[in-house]
Amino acid sequence: MSKNNTTAPSGGLRGKWNSMTDTNKLLTITVIAFFLMYIGAMIFLKGGFLRTQTFFNILNANAALIVLSCGLSLVMITGSIDISVGGVTALITMCCAVYLDNMGGNVAVSVLIALAIGLAFGAFQGALVAFLDIQPFIVTLAGMFFAKGMTTIVNSNPFNVKNEGFTALKNTRITVPGMGFVNPKGIYVDAYVEIGVVIALLVVVVMFCMLRWTKLGRAFYAVGGNVQSALMLGINVKKTKFLAHLICGLLSGIGGYVYFLHSGNGAVTNAAGAEMNAIASSIIGGTMLTGGVGNIIGTFFGVLSFSTIQNIVTSAGLDEAWWTGITKAAILCLFLVIQSIVMSRKKK
Amino acid sequence: MQNQNKSGVSVFLGRLVRSQYFIPLTALLLLAVFNLIADPAFFKITVTTNSAGNRVLAGTPITILDYGSELAILAIGMTLVTAAAKGQDISVGAAVAIAGSFILRMLSGGNANAATLQMPIICAFLLGCIVAMLFGAFNGVLVAFFKIQPMIATLILYTAGRSIAAWFNNNELPIIKDASFSYIGGFIPGIPIPTPFFIMVICVVIITLVLKFTNLRLYAQAVGINENSARLNGLNPAAIKILSFVILGLCVAVVGLIKVSRVSSINYSVIAKDIEMDAILAVALGGNSLSGGKFNMATSIMGAYIIQFLTQTLYKYKVPSEALPAYKAVVVIVLVIMSAPTVREFFSSRMKKVKVKEVA
Repeated sequence: MSKNNTTAPSGGLRGKWNSMTDTNKLLTITVIAFFLMYIGAMIFLKGGFLRTQTFFNILNANAALIVLSCGLSLVMITGSIDISVGGVTALITMCCAVYLDNMGGNVAVSVLIALAIGLAFGAFQGALVAFLDIQPFIVTLAGMFFAKGMTTIVNSNPFNVKNEGFTALKNTRITVPGMGFVNPKGIYVDAYVEIGVVIALLVVVVMFCMLRWTKLGRAFYAVGGNVQSALMLGINVKKTKFLAHLICGLLSGIGGYVYFLHSGNGAVTNAAGAEMNAIASSIIGGTMLTGGVGNIIGTFFGVLSFSTIQNIVTSAGLDEAWWTGITKAAILCLFLVIQSIVMSRKKK
Repeated sequence: MQNQNKSGVSVFLGRLVRSQYFIPLTALLLLAVFNLIADPAFFKITVTTNSAGNRVLAGTPITILDYGSELAILAIGMTLVTAAAKGQDISVGAAVAIAGSFILRMLSGGNANAATLQMPIICAFLLGCIVAMLFGAFNGVLVAFFKIQPMIATLILYTAGRSIAAWFNNNELPIIKDASFSYIGGFIPGIPIPTPFFIMVICVVIITLVLKFTNLRLYAQAVGINENSARLNGLNPAAIKILSFVILGLCVAVVGLIKVSRVSSINYSVIAKDIEMDAILAVALGGNSLSGGKFNMATSIMGAYIIQFLTQTLYKYKVPSEALPAYKAVVVIVLVIMSAPTVREFFSSRMKKVKVKEVA
């Protein structure tokens, strides 16, 4: 960073690049990478990528991941980690499904259940990490296994929810004006998004504003960047860490419900590996594992890039089951190594 | 006189509480007493004739010895990784799937229903060791050279491992029909004790000799306690971290062989599922710090058998295997809370206050 600040901005693109902060640099790379990739897919793979609905389908399928990734970005900015989000999502879908179908509950209460589960996990894990100084990995790994185990205890068989109020909400489509397409029969079809996408976009905007313009938001960056200097600035480090985990828990509650709205079933296998996807998306979006660096808009584009890559892999013909797992891991590996190299070069 | 005697007892108790054997022994005692009260038949050992016509021992203690041995072998590697890399490897389950799948691929020669073995078991096992060690080295390089936290670095293999395992065998499930292959995870004719126990004994003897006659223990602890001072003393922290991951890879290959031998086949999504949790738990139960540094191999191995004891106890009360992680997660949380520095300080200050009152 010091190196970048000493070179005076000499105008032009290069000057602008040099005067950027780390966060903005990583954000720019992510956004450009996403657009290049999508345009490349449009040109070379054609097919579905030329239809606007394909893009909205990526959003529909990944609304929950966007919310979960926002939560993970927040804890990663604070220098911590949470790998329980996938398990919590599975637990939420199962609890809500059982409540709605077997106990004849209503939709509003099921939302509250989801939020309560998320908050409970966030609060408990946050307390252990922040006040007892236990490694976040161990705590949240235990949280993940606990959530997955609890899901089977609640109900071991996956089933689709038939509750009327819920299915009505699940099938609500919001038309995107002017983005429709003409199908092969010559009929104009409107492009649509699900309710989950609206929630996810709201979460992105709220989180972005919170991190950028509030005192608390800046405290998260300060704690993640350097705990000692954060202490000297008079920031309550423990409380900040706790709040980061609490908000992440709340977001996994929201994300869990958004996932439930999209899938409409309760199952142990729901959101399997979501923690990996969310961590990978955050990292692609420019959030540093070491803390202090990150941007929610980057995370948003990170999710889009990550899922676009997966779409490209499947439409390029590599559709055997194992390729998804291997490509995901390879992408995560690539970005981790790039980050590590960037960090070590900065130190020199 | 009486006073002196009392202080002797309290010194002994104090030493016992502070000893690393305290946590595993207490856990063992609790479990044993609980089972003894609930149902003494838990400890019954009988002699039965298995499907191959051998007279073998059966009963819950034998099952614990059998399956606990797998865990003990993994605990050896996990303890070393924890000590040197200050973190845990969460990819062991996936890596066991990879090693097992590779060994089956070698034995079946790509034909899922091969009638005979395509190569001697020992060759397939050695090749499996090399593959598992390479994957261990991959994790090690990410941790040592790229300075990625162990849990994040191993998350990569955790995600990809089972897919890679399926890829090796083209997603087919090879079945090994040769009877001698099933001896490894079962019983050798004429010996009533499960073979994994003997494999565990061999592994423990090897690691004991290695720790006794090489500087591995010292180096791993030095790197785990303070990497910079280890480097200033002429050690190569990166090499030692990678070495610990490679040794874990070797342990993984052994467990992979036992696992595939048990069923003479493989199920990619089920084999060694959630075993990473058990291995980490074994290390924690052994009283080892999960943030690296000093370690005690013997307590880790004890921890592994205690975990298996717990698993069998839960099975006895009809807890489904998918729900087991929830109970174990609670144990992990209790353990880490107990060993958290803040909690320890709180209790030791309480103890001091009590003592001061006694004196007054």
